[in-house]
Amino acid sequence: MYSFDMERPTSVADAVKALARDEAQPLGGGQTLIPTLKQRLAAPSVLVSLSGIAEMKGVCKTDDGRLSIGGGTTHAMVARNAGDIPGLASLAANIGDPAVRNRGTIGGSLANNDPSACYPAAALATGATVITNSREIAADDYFEGMFATALEEGEIITEIRIPVPEKSAYMKFEQPASRFALVGVFVAKFSDGVRVAVTGASEEGVFRWTEAEEALSANFAPEAVDGLSVSGDGMISDLHGSGAYRAHLVGVMTKRAVAAAS
Amino acid sequence: MTNVTMTVNGKSVSGEVKGNTLLTDFLREDLRMTGTHVGCDTSQCGACVVHVNGEAVKSCTMFAAEADGADVTTIEGMANADGSLNVIQQAFQEYHGLQCGFCTPGMVMSAAALLKENPKPSEAEVRDYLEGNICRCTGYHNIVKAIMAASGQDVAAVAAE
Repeated sequence: MYSFDMERPTSVADAVKALARDEAQPLGGGQTLIPTLKQRLAAPSVLVSLSGIAEMKGVCKTDDGRLSIGGGTTHAMVARNAGDIPGLASLAANIGDPAVRNRGTIGGSLANNDPSACYPAAALATGATVITNSREIAADDYFEGMFATALEEGEIITEIRIPVPEKSAYMKFEQPASRFALVGVFVAKFSDGVRVAVTGASEEGVFRWTEAEEALSANFAPEAVDGLSVSGDGMISDLHGSGAYRAHLVGVMTKRAVAAAS
Repeated sequence: MTNVTMTVNGKSVSGEVKGNTLLTDFLREDLRMTGTHVGCDTSQCGACVVHVNGEAVKSCTMFAAEADGADVTTIEGMANADGSLNVIQQAFQEYHGLQCGFCTPGMVMSAAALLKENPKPSEAEVRDYLEGNICRCTGYHNIVKAIMAASGQDVAAVAAE
């Protein structure tokens, strides 16, 4: 690693101040950033660790019935405390391995927006709101492609607010070495319709499969997806699977998610 | 450099660390507690697992400065007070849950974290929990047996001899 200073603020306000320094970078749970630093793919002058900020941790229900999850909440805490959204709790319980889940955070994952990460699918499928130190961003406006988001320099995800679906499930076809999603599909059924979000597949990052959403809103059953397909064009193609293979998996995992939704 | 103070295996320790000093390097190089192993240094193998505030974490993927004020337990803190092997360590010996032993510190620390959270895990739960701990010589059957035995369960039905 290149050398850098470390700051450990205990409030969001102090973290924002620290991030105003030149070449400052926020550090969530570090489960992606630390390996990146070791490979010298990033050279911040100061890392601002967010793990000591108590106000950014925890899961609770808001007055309007949404689930509020602090940006610094670890995957393990989400898995234990997000039972109101079974799809989200099981998603969190299957990220990486137990030791990774004890450090990695939902805010860090959403800020990084890895094209194969799990949380972006949950945020987009539920129509969540990403809340930062300065504003609220709808999930539909938040994801801007591979590793790109609407976040500005120095902006911190303090909270994610998630509408609770009637039913939900996340199905991940796991890349066995990295445990990231080769393809992951989150299905969320609300009283006014179904939303389907796909991660791991597209070169543009997480996306909504609107054709499946329409079919499933009319008939929430796995067979509603029969005959629908996404194109392999623009899908990630690598040694683990071709674009056409990933496109096929999108349909398969969507059906499995609908069948598993609870 | 920053000064960090933490409790390691019940004793308060302090030291000067750089921003980029990993917890594993602080434990091994500064405290000379080399029981925590570094297998891959890329967060995949789990040989470096320690407990921070009671939770299993990969000490190669956490900075020492982030453990300031924390309660850390390493493999050196796992033996019984009289120095004898604790129940998990003893079971690893009895069921031959190691060959070269390099992954064993992480295996024992992960096993301890699992049994704290789930005192009677099924075989499938043990295997699932060890997803982030890689053994490259003896394989997992005897490790799983050892953990099942340490939890007081019958190991006769566990996969291999």
